[in-house]
Amino acid sequence: MKYMLLIYHNPGFLESFSEDEMNAVMQEVGEIMGELEASGEWVGGEALADMSQTKVVRVHDGAPAVTDGPFVEAKEHLAGYCIIEAETPERALEIAARWPDARWNGIELRPIMDTSGTEM
Amino acid sequence: VTIEEALKGAAPQVLGALCRRYGRFDACEDAVQEALIAAAAQWPADGVPENPPGWLFTVAARRLADRWRSEEARRNRERTAALAARDEPAAPDADDTLTLLFMCCHPALSAPSQIALTLRAVGGLTTAEIAGAFLVPEATMAQRISRAKQSIKAAGAEFGLPPEPERNERLRAVLHVLYLIFNEGYTATSGPDLQRADLTREAIRLTRELRRLLPGDGEVAGLLALMLLTDARRPARTRPDGGLVPLAEQDRSLWDAGAIREGVELVEQTLAGARLGPYQLQAAIAAVHAEAPRAEETDWPQILALYGLLERLGANPMVTLNHAVALAMVHGPEAGLELLATLDGDERMARHHRLPAVRAHLLEMAGDVEPARAAYREAARRTTSLPEQRYLEARAARLATSSR
Repeated sequence: MKYMLLIYHNPGFLESFSEDEMNAVMQEVGEIMGELEASGEWVGGEALADMSQTKVVRVHDGAPAVTDGPFVEAKEHLAGYCIIEAETPERALEIAARWPDARWNGIELRPIMDTSGTEM
Repeated sequence: VTIEEALKGAAPQVLGALCRRYGRFDACEDAVQEALIAAAAQWPADGVPENPPGWLFTVAARRLADRWRSEEARRNRERTAALAARDEPAAPDADDTLTLLFMCCHPALSAPSQIALTLRAVGGLTTAEIAGAFLVPEATMAQRISRAKQSIKAAGAEFGLPPEPERNERLRAVLHVLYLIFNEGYTATSGPDLQRADLTREAIRLTRELRRLLPGDGEVAGLLALMLLTDARRPARTRPDGGLVPLAEQDRSLWDAGAIREGVELVEQTLAGARLGPYQLQAAIAAVHAEAPRAEETDWPQILALYGLLERLGANPMVTLNHAVALAMVHGPEAGLELLATLDGDERMARHHRLPAVRAHLLEMAGDVEPARAAYREAARRTTSLPEQRYLEARAARLATSSR
């Protein structure tokens, strides 16, 4: 089963780290990713650009209207995601718990729908 | 014989011959994979060589020699010299395929690793093909395969059949892996999953091969029959847009009559002789469905009896679910719902969508519209399959309009 790990940040969260702390976090993440790649459980993942780069597109009467982020009231926002394939839900939880963000804002773990189906 | 068939058919014999001569399953397996990729590139242009296994063996042996030369130049100087001198076509040995299947389904490996390695080492599929079928990047699949081979090595497995006392259990593992490969392909519905449907063909091909090697094993025959009878329904089980069609509503004229004939014959042969096992019983149930010209003519009492036997062989909640359906068809929905209730405390089913889905069907049969709709919705929330979710939501919506 494939799962998506959703990583949320608060505004100013990254800025609260010292350089050493940030290096330690990056190293920790690098180690986990290396392990997941080696075990064949890593499927993919990316970090998302800062909230200030966000644009929101809405179509009104057939015409797209584009507004810039961030939003004054913005609190938690999606900062990145990983996709893993885990043999059991327990293993997926174990991987999520290893991610450093699980110690801060928590990691959201969501099963990914697939397009196969059995006869009902 | 197409190029693809020639390649896949030759893969296990070439690998077996290499392993018997040089040992080191992991390196030999890599070399065969490289030879297969080279053949897939060259044969379409140059034509299929006169002796495909011999060609593959020569290329793979050269790759091995190259690798050992560069990796362990000094240590293996003598061995590589011997390799180059003895480049000769492989002598096929039927037992090699069986040995390879047993190795790939080694208990040290997780099921996904067993599947990936079986498809590559015995099925002759490329890493890219396997990755495509399982919808993961090629690098992910390559790692899974290389990790699997490391685990086999770490477990100290030698190229050879497992000791006699372990063999029966290992054969069950092989059958389970083939069954999982089949299911992975069979449940594919449409669009990007079409590639996965090839897994069904692959599983049937490998199971046929296994039956050729072990003609007296009833469960091998049972699994082959189950696959054929299930796959016969493929043209009727999905709509062109990928929507699922339940068994009772399938257009039976679309079923593959040839596959059904072969499957039914296998069932009759094995039920007459071999010791009963779960695959044979499931195949027998599939045969009863296959032989009903219309859903209403299904011999449910016979299916109910077969589920009774299956449950006696080893109760598991999925069998109980299907048993409940058969019970409902013979003795009415209340009897089925009563049996379903016994699964309520079962932890294995606590979050499974099949339990509310079956309950919804039986409640609908009983005319309990509101609870049926709630159960369909519950099942729709739990499933992680898009087509199943769509089907369950549609059933719920249909009840909503009919009750108004």
